[in-house]
Amino acid sequence: MTHPLLSVKDLRVHFPVRAGVLLRQTGAVRAVDGVSLDIAPGETLGLVGESGCGKSTLGKALVRLLKPTTGTILFDGSDITHASQSSLRPLRRNIQMIFQDPAESLDPRMSVRAIIEEPSAIHGIGTRAERIQWVNSLLDRVGLPVSSAERYSFEFSGGQRQRIGIARALALKPKLIVCDEPVSALDVSVQSQILNLLVELQRDFGLSYLFIAHDLSVVKHVSDRVAVMYLGKIVELATAEEIYQNPRHAYTKALLSAIPSPDPMVKREKILLEGDVPSPIDPPPGSAFGHRMNYSRYEETIGMDLSLREISPGHWVAADPCCVSAEDWKKLS
Amino acid sequence: MSQSPENILEVEQLITSFETDHGLLRAVDHVSFSVPAGKTVGIVGESGCGKSVTAMSIVRLLPQPAGKILGGHVYFKGQDLTHASDLEIRKIRGGDIGVIFQEPMAALNPVHRIGRQVAEVFRIHKKLSKKDAWAAATEMLELVRIPAPEKRMMDYPHHLSGGMRQRVVIAMALACRPSLLIADEPTTALDVTVQAQILDLMGRLQSEIGMATILITHDLGVIAETCDEVVVMYAGRVVEQASAEELFSNPLHAYTKGLLHSIPTLETPSKSVLNTIPGMVAALADLSHGCRFCQRMGRTAPVTRERPKFAEVSPGHSVEICPECYQPT
Repeated sequence: MTHPLLSVKDLRVHFPVRAGVLLRQTGAVRAVDGVSLDIAPGETLGLVGESGCGKSTLGKALVRLLKPTTGTILFDGSDITHASQSSLRPLRRNIQMIFQDPAESLDPRMSVRAIIEEPSAIHGIGTRAERIQWVNSLLDRVGLPVSSAERYSFEFSGGQRQRIGIARALALKPKLIVCDEPVSALDVSVQSQILNLLVELQRDFGLSYLFIAHDLSVVKHVSDRVAVMYLGKIVELATAEEIYQNPRHAYTKALLSAIPSPDPMVKREKILLEGDVPSPIDPPPGSAFGHRMNYSRYEETIGMDLSLREISPGHWVAADPCCVSAEDWKKLS
Repeated sequence: MSQSPENILEVEQLITSFETDHGLLRAVDHVSFSVPAGKTVGIVGESGCGKSVTAMSIVRLLPQPAGKILGGHVYFKGQDLTHASDLEIRKIRGGDIGVIFQEPMAALNPVHRIGRQVAEVFRIHKKLSKKDAWAAATEMLELVRIPAPEKRMMDYPHHLSGGMRQRVVIAMALACRPSLLIADEPTTALDVTVQAQILDLMGRLQSEIGMATILITHDLGVIAETCDEVVVMYAGRVVEQASAEELFSNPLHAYTKGLLHSIPTLETPSKSVLNTIPGMVAALADLSHGCRFCQRMGRTAPVTRERPKFAEVSPGHSVEICPECYQPT
């Protein structure tokens, strides 16, 4: 792979759990627990997993909205893991974020123009007149009439609001956009409009995306590579084609089988998962998914190194004897 | 008109309106469909199409005082629910018709224990004693496969995950073994894996209890997997209705086609341009009498000014015959 734009090594984000009168730390929520990944320039990395697996926390840590506990984040070669708030500012030009709920991420008291102009104003880019021009061209680029600039975000529908959020993210000409569930709150017809827009913008501006979503068909559609996350860890990482054609990890297989197919003739064999994602406060000592599914080889995984290993070129899977087939396990061990 | 014996519910020319600042708006405009006993009927369409209002009109749970049923009939087991008294409808709702809402947290009372809320259904509808109701509620939680039901009965809703809460809501809806279940986006707020569990559970309970289901969703995948019949709604009207197989293999209305083609599937080539439906569901106040999908597409030909006839074009397959939107292939 060429020089990655973003490179994450063994990233952990733990939130302290405090209890008692003195609020002593009694434990930690291991929201992200040892994640390593790279994003190449112009690439979309999809990130999927159930609610509570740490997808959004990972996304927020990458844009440094959250402070990582340990690990390193390299952006364009420079270490941003512990960069101070002031030194983060130039970074924010390059990494932007699009949020799930555009209604909540746009200030209702600001006009659309003010919302989209704000990033450039903060960074002191251009004169007032230039910025007005820039906002107009951004609005045009995301498919909104220039007249919408003087209106307020609540006057728009969900899809239009998401377009405003995208225009704001584009305002600083970033290299990477973290998209946190950008289409899950939208209707299918509007969803496809926004997906088309994101793909187009990527082509035109050479953007990289980290695309976080729980809808696997959507992720497959926009991603070059896909990472599957379970309880704070990545359990499988491969190209989009490969992971959907040839999933190796039991969790990936279960996720894929759960997608309802929009064709009544196709009756897929479903792998029904029992229960929910276990608590990241007290994760099971061995394979987290093996524990949930009560796999027979679970005991073996306690104390074992379950990190990702390359099973075939570009296809990485957790070396977890209870979640891969016996044949794959031979290759991995 | 009398009800044919195999249909448990018949909705005929239902009109529901809302009193708004823009005048009286018809959210449901002459909607008719029927639900055969034991079958699942899906209602699909974008947000604001009138899916939920249709369902809530059936059980008369419209926001008051704005929402009113202005015309039509809803025959449930031969009884016209639009003319039932409040007392009668309250007996049916939660009794013979169960309702599941989208957001399970909003359907549960946060300050009461799960057990009390499920037991309440038995206290009210079955007039059971406290002790018996509690036992029946525990049994219900077991039926919806909540692990350790005795322990869960003592929990508050916020102790449970989204999937577990939805199971509790299902338990409450099914407590009286209804013959009709209305499920309004029951899995929209849930993960795919949990959605698969809940749909599987609903399917199994449906055959155990032998009830019919009206499933409202905007997810065509869910419709394809669970429904026998599908009703497609657009801007308060039914634009197409057929069996699930027929609708997915042979959609006739432009709106249905648009919906079907805009979803990416695992088979769609990566980053290809997806089909879209231009614009969005128009505000009801802005719509004229004619074909509503034509108005969204910006078609203004005089033929589109009349309301298109809704007619059966092949056995079991009905569609709005608008000269522009009716597109047999």
